[in-house]
Amino acid sequence: MKFIDEYQDNKLARGLAYKIAKRSTKTIRLMEFCGGHTHAILRYGIRQLVPKTVEMRSGPGCPVCVTATADLDKAIALAHLPDVIITTFGDMIRVPGSYSSLQQAKAEGADVRIVYSTIDAVEIAKANPKKSVIFIGIGFETTAPTIAASILKAQQEKIENFYVLSLNKLTPPVMKALLDSGEVKLDGIIGPGHVSVIIGSHPYEFIPRDYRVACVISGFEPLDILLCIDKLVEQIEKGEPKVEIAYPRGVRAGGNRKAWQLTERVFEIGEANWRGIGIVPQSGLKIRKKYERFDADEAFSVSLNLSREPKGCRCGDVIRGAAMPLECKLFRKVCTPESPVGPCMVSSEGACAAYYQYGTPENLQGFKADMEQVDG
Amino acid sequence: MDDSILLAHGSGGKLSHELVEKKFLPFLANPALNKLDDSAIFEASGRLAFTTDSYVVNPIFFPGGDIGKLAVCGTVNDLSMNGARPLYLSLSAIIEEGFPLSELEQIVQSIKKAAEEAEVAIITGDTKVVNRGQADKLFITTSGVGTISSGVDISGANARAGDKVLLSGTIGDHGITIMSQREGLRFAMTLESDCAPLNKLVSQMLEVSSRIHCLRDPTRGGLATTLNELARQSNIGIVVEEAKIPVKEEVKAACELLGLDPVYVANEGKLVAIVDPADADKILARMRKNRYGRDAAIIGEVTEEHPGKVVMKTKLGPSRIVDMLSGELLPRIC
Repeated sequence: MKFIDEYQDNKLARGLAYKIAKRSTKTIRLMEFCGGHTHAILRYGIRQLVPKTVEMRSGPGCPVCVTATADLDKAIALAHLPDVIITTFGDMIRVPGSYSSLQQAKAEGADVRIVYSTIDAVEIAKANPKKSVIFIGIGFETTAPTIAASILKAQQEKIENFYVLSLNKLTPPVMKALLDSGEVKLDGIIGPGHVSVIIGSHPYEFIPRDYRVACVISGFEPLDILLCIDKLVEQIEKGEPKVEIAYPRGVRAGGNRKAWQLTERVFEIGEANWRGIGIVPQSGLKIRKKYERFDADEAFSVSLNLSREPKGCRCGDVIRGAAMPLECKLFRKVCTPESPVGPCMVSSEGACAAYYQYGTPENLQGFKADMEQVDG
Repeated sequence: MDDSILLAHGSGGKLSHELVEKKFLPFLANPALNKLDDSAIFEASGRLAFTTDSYVVNPIFFPGGDIGKLAVCGTVNDLSMNGARPLYLSLSAIIEEGFPLSELEQIVQSIKKAAEEAEVAIITGDTKVVNRGQADKLFITTSGVGTISSGVDISGANARAGDKVLLSGTIGDHGITIMSQREGLRFAMTLESDCAPLNKLVSQMLEVSSRIHCLRDPTRGGLATTLNELARQSNIGIVVEEAKIPVKEEVKAACELLGLDPVYVANEGKLVAIVDPADADKILARMRKNRYGRDAAIIGEVTEEHPGKVVMKTKLGPSRIVDMLSGELLPRIC
């Protein structure tokens, strides 16, 4: 496979950084929606390549991070039911809930398994007909089609013991909620890459129209991100915000219709509970009545104590872009990837994990690397 | 003999003896082992190095190797990383009831081949059989002893400011191979594990220079974790250049797809050497003549600044911290 080094080319990156620096006169604030973007930005040192006029904030685009504590508590309670196998994506098992974690439940004897794809969960159900296999369905529009496909596969193959706890979330409604709150003033949004592969660019049109905020969809390679920032700066400088695609090799304006039709066949839109944001209407995916026998919410009932957030943890603020990871008092002192307090430190897409893992110019003080801004 | 392992194979009785005599001895024979005494007796003099490691890899067979080859190479490499010449290994196998004998034979043959290549003898061993479900197919523990020549002083604590950091080849081959074999990640690819004994490479490096300060094989946790260990142990800083770290196209592609950083992916046939700058080119040239050091490169250097920390100059130019791997390497969701 080619086209990796090409998108990490040093000269092209420096050229783009120079272009951005020349173009940028106003002090602006951008939000990268995706945790994948936050990681790439820190991994390649993009914050050091863009001029000081461009401030960057992380957004809510980390599936594990935005899962509400109450929903996580429910998953943990389900894990403790007899003859249940919980299947989930890896990072989820380490996130602390109100009183426990899936990892803790596993240590106490619950059967909790990490899968790499939803279809693996269906296979586990097939191999364990006497157990109820529940998949904890987290993620955005990117993972929803595969979860829909797994439900359809289970139906087709008459697998009676497969269930999904649908915690899937939608990105445009939460962007709207963030912009409506006005808590963090934004000039531009680095739009999600993989989500947009599925839904296209049209669902973001309200952002420039209703809020005068620029929105450019980006891929995850360093050059993709720099190109995206360049387009955002250009739009903002001109005062002409619009939706653009800076990731044309992955995203088409119309998205992937087939994948989205699959999603709509199985799911309907409903409210969802987001960590740090709360209930956002029209921002979640619920399993349709027709497929309710696969719905873990319908099939199992668990009693839950009131959920509580870890004391001092600012994950909610970080998710909304209202705080940077370094502003949290627990960061690096109490909260580390080895003993995380909140999900943003656990997930490989979490902002705190990225700031912890890759460091920042701030915590490289005293080290004389080439921290200079690109001045041409 | 039946075609799979029975609990009786671990009883210590007739079947146990038959297992050792038919499945292990014919392949691993040597005078010390053949005696089947309770312990092996050997001659050695001078400074000795001694190490042990357990192998529980899943799957047990993978492109480029299997658990047997891994168990020999891993222990041989651990001895080599202190500059020791590996001589003798012990091998202990915990086998799950029902494990196919044909697979066991395949693994023992692979142990034989790896031991021959590394020129080490397995002089003592043990087998145990546990109930189905109490072990995952086969676990192997190997221990090893080796001798260290006088004048050789290699330790993770020996790095000094100004030293060069050498890497023996491409990173991430083993980890991505294993990941791609596991359920759900079967990419169609030609990648193989880099599992290999590195003792000869090390002895060739020692032939051309006595100023090799640290050696370490970046296994679990990858290159990043190894560099961090060395920085902490020697209380120095390390600066590496991302663009100089060799990574195969397949590994790059898989890492991009999964959202992983190759510096955290496991290797089983690579080493990091921290050496005196005056000898760096000489050592590099010698490494490149060995098949396991063909793609060797100087990837960075040791500095007095930021002691205990590893800093990477990224491909784009800016620098960032490279921390140890924490938790497990997991593919991204979104």
